[in-house]
Amino acid sequence: MRWACILLPHLALDGVLRRCADPHAPRALVGGSSQRRMLHAVNPAARALGLRRGMVLTAAQALARGFATDAYRPEEEGRWHRFLAAWAYGYSSQVSLQLPQALVLEIQGSLGLFGPWPRFEARLREELAALGFRHRIVAAPNPVAARVLANAHDGLAIEGDAPMRRALGQLPIQRAGFAPDAATAFARMGLRTLRQVWALPRDGLARRFPRELLLHLDAMLGERELALESYRPPDRFDLRIELGHEAESSQALLFPLRRLTADLAAFLAGRDGGVQRFELQLEHDRGAGTRVPVGLLTPERDAALLFELARGRLEQVQLPAPVRAIALGAAELPPFVPVHRELFDPRPQQAMPWESLRERLRARLGEDAVHGVQAHADHRPECASLSPPDMPTRREGVSTDVAHGPRPGWLLAKPVPLRGPMPRLLAGPERIESGWWDGGDVRRDYYLARLADGQDAWVFRPVGGGGFMLHGWFA
Amino acid sequence: MGAVVAIDALLQPQRVWRGRPAAAPAGAQPTGHAGLDAVLPSGGWPEAALSELLIPADGVGELQLLWPTLARLSQAGERIVLVAPPYLPFAPAWRQAGVDLGRLQVVRAGTSRDALWATEQCLRSGSCGAVLCWPLGADDRALRRLQVAAASGRTLAFATRSLAVAIHPSPAALRIAIDAAPAQWRVLKCRGGAVPAQPIPRTG
Repeated sequence: MRWACILLPHLALDGVLRRCADPHAPRALVGGSSQRRMLHAVNPAARALGLRRGMVLTAAQALARGFATDAYRPEEEGRWHRFLAAWAYGYSSQVSLQLPQALVLEIQGSLGLFGPWPRFEARLREELAALGFRHRIVAAPNPVAARVLANAHDGLAIEGDAPMRRALGQLPIQRAGFAPDAATAFARMGLRTLRQVWALPRDGLARRFPRELLLHLDAMLGERELALESYRPPDRFDLRIELGHEAESSQALLFPLRRLTADLAAFLAGRDGGVQRFELQLEHDRGAGTRVPVGLLTPERDAALLFELARGRLEQVQLPAPVRAIALGAAELPPFVPVHRELFDPRPQQAMPWESLRERLRARLGEDAVHGVQAHADHRPECASLSPPDMPTRREGVSTDVAHGPRPGWLLAKPVPLRGPMPRLLAGPERIESGWWDGGDVRRDYYLARLADGQDAWVFRPVGGGGFMLHGWFA
Repeated sequence: MGAVVAIDALLQPQRVWRGRPAAAPAGAQPTGHAGLDAVLPSGGWPEAALSELLIPADGVGELQLLWPTLARLSQAGERIVLVAPPYLPFAPAWRQAGVDLGRLQVVRAGTSRDALWATEQCLRSGSCGAVLCWPLGADDRALRRLQVAAASGRTLAFATRSLAVAIHPSPAALRIAIDAAPAQWRVLKCRGGAVPAQPIPRTG
């Protein structure tokens, strides 16, 4: 049991269905030439209407009405295939796309991490179901056997050569993965199962059939290793969803957006990476698309968090025109470093880490809504307190305090003239005269003043005359 | 009606159990002001609850009341978030008060609705030690939301409001009015204990 095969029998259709809000409505994929349109795949609801694969479209329309159609695109199918390979890459370092409509992955090395095969398999199934792909999974000692057995079985796990020969031997010829003309030839020879093929003399087979047939038989039994090309995940993520209708509001984009971010998260988990900056592109019928950049302070890959951030940005966008398609692109995929968490956290379990909270606040209130506070060695009050956008948690270094008089806890962003009767001055004057070199020249006498109703204010009088200006509160 | 017993005479010998242990357990969140800690039922700020500070005007000392607590929390590594403060926190003074500036975060919010939302998010997240807010037009429902958020995130919440709203009831666990002259604190409401009759003279 070294290899698992995940067969995706409805890959193209599932790729279409998963972006539909109602996947249970009848729907068919239409392929073929423009003169002769044929149904390529149908979902269960369409099958219930009597539609079948291979039916001509006009015949299908005569037979039933009220089913939706989508064009079958082989390149779409290939894209979903690669997407699932990226997902499977999180579970195994050897993933191959070589076999059509199937993923083959090496599992022996992954069992130590993901538990015994039944648990591992359950996890694969659960995630595939969440991603919206129907599948069959079979584990076998070699990749070709796994692929061939997946044609007839689901959930089979075979260990050892003898049980594998037994299971393969019972397989009908039509399902053994032979080329169609070879399968027909075997059937006409009166052979029904694979075991009967093995019983044939080898040199006779070599003479009557092409060379590939013997190679396939050998690879199936593990007598010859099949060289599989390993999948390597790409360095960027791109996904585009065509809506099929015109979305007028950002509310209508939330469903495809949830799919996009969930796929991005699955891709990132497979790659063990995070995303720090991605871009949503909204395409319109006419004119340039709308770009919505989403930036994060630290790499993240949690699906719910990514969705919420993208949603926060998207809801602020004014749509100039109805949206036809939405795409998500991420070019920078830095390594993901999970934040350090305490083992015995005094806070409750559902606590949200500060990093996520900060992103949530920034998404709604604006990029620069959250900032720290930092002291700066400057005599001018305006320059002594900085607002760095992101405060690394550092210890306070050497104190940069210079000896000075009392300082208020609150500073007004701009000094305002002090109204009312003459205040009682409790301390001062303290002359602050600085900044002639950078244009922000300040020459002031500061006082601690008590106003009539008991408020403590920090006021100043410009040197050379002028009234009192209020600059802070001793709160 | 022969035997009229004064209630004081009954209580004095402590033969009637009054439902409260004599020695209150030391508070987990002391205010840092001995006079205030002594009269508050939990020996300090009510934990995981909203405390309301009512000030008659700016510059009468709500920070002097809070600074010891904020300094203690920030030095213990807890994060302190100011949501939409009315003025800029002046770094030298906050540092002089002992607050570790590295643990201080300010959230700017355009509207009071956004500010309330941000406050609730911070409280609910449970990743902050204390959250300070200045809900200006907050009604009873908004404050109740903050109180529930503080309880679910187990975070200290402080709302600074105008003394004019003291006449309205409030869901806050503790309400303290700050007087400028004479410099004193008056506890208007404290959950879990009798409201102290005497104002507490301001210290520090």
